[in-house]
Amino acid sequence: MSRSTRFDTKKVNSELVTLTYGTLVAQMVKDLDTAEDVNKQLERIGYNMGIRLIEDFLSRTGTGRCLDLKDTADKILSAFRLYLGVQPNVVNWSGAGDEFSLILESNPLTELVELPDELKQLKYCNMICGVIRGALEMVQLDVQSWIVQDQLKGDQNTEIRVKFIRRLEDAMPAGED
Amino acid sequence: MDDGTDILFDLLHFEIVNWTDRAHSEEKDKDKKDEDLSNLEYIGFSTGYRLIERLTKEMPRFKDELDTMKFICTDFWSAVYKKQIDNLKTNHNGVYVLQDNNFRFLSKMSNGKQYLEAAPKYVAFTCGIIRGSLSNLNIHCVVKAEVQSLPSCKFHIQIQRT
Repeated sequence: MSRSTRFDTKKVNSELVTLTYGTLVAQMVKDLDTAEDVNKQLERIGYNMGIRLIEDFLSRTGTGRCLDLKDTADKILSAFRLYLGVQPNVVNWSGAGDEFSLILESNPLTELVELPDELKQLKYCNMICGVIRGALEMVQLDVQSWIVQDQLKGDQNTEIRVKFIRRLEDAMPAGED
Repeated sequence: MDDGTDILFDLLHFEIVNWTDRAHSEEKDKDKKDEDLSNLEYIGFSTGYRLIERLTKEMPRFKDELDTMKFICTDFWSAVYKKQIDNLKTNHNGVYVLQDNNFRFLSKMSNGKQYLEAAPKYVAFTCGIIRGSLSNLNIHCVVKAEVQSLPSCKFHIQIQRT
């Protein structure tokens, strides 16, 4: 081969995800009636990804049990670094320590994206919230996650809020002790 | 070689397949199934169309059609599917056949013929990727996939000349 260009695979990978996700969102906006429906679907897709992604995370990092939510937040940070190549900040802890925010200064998912005015209701990054919820559910943590600030809507940063609801107990199959 | 975004793309692709499939999951109608695949192909098309533009922007112009195809089989395929195409055949008259013996989206599935029926869903996106990429390089074509035995896959590219 005369041409021996080797692409920067890390960059191509991340662009591939960004572009594919973008096309999916565009297709959903076309197919579904309201932005609200799209948000819901994106969250659901994220959830489905999260419940599988956690396995990869655990096997890759060999991480152990978290002692408290601060620990969990740290683990989420390393997941962001691993899968999206960004380093968010954890801030705005609630008094009870059961709620925190992840602040992303840059977000590869929205790098090539502009939201038109008529789609201001769209939560473009809702997939991320779904991934967090899905992944944590698989380690017995029931959380809620939503977007507070969004760079696509003119905010300085993207802020994702995570709220701890309860610990899920292992349920025994019926009929067993 | 293996980094975190790989699995992210695998999962995302899987969910896209799932999503386009679910749109008509209750209907066994063949037309609807085709429509799902065509949606999936279109998502691939748009992705490929944009991706190739970003990949090739610093590159010299391709010599000819064959040169473009070679690029798709080597650099492009390695970037997206982590390996090169195993075999490229052409009749030198607008038909190209790309064979991948261990296609990324099929490699995690059970080998052999048992799940052959499910295969079209997992190659449609890639047909779109190929068609979109070539389209942006001003080669207009129809791409069909052929799976005879998992995890290998053949992509038939038929160039449209006007």
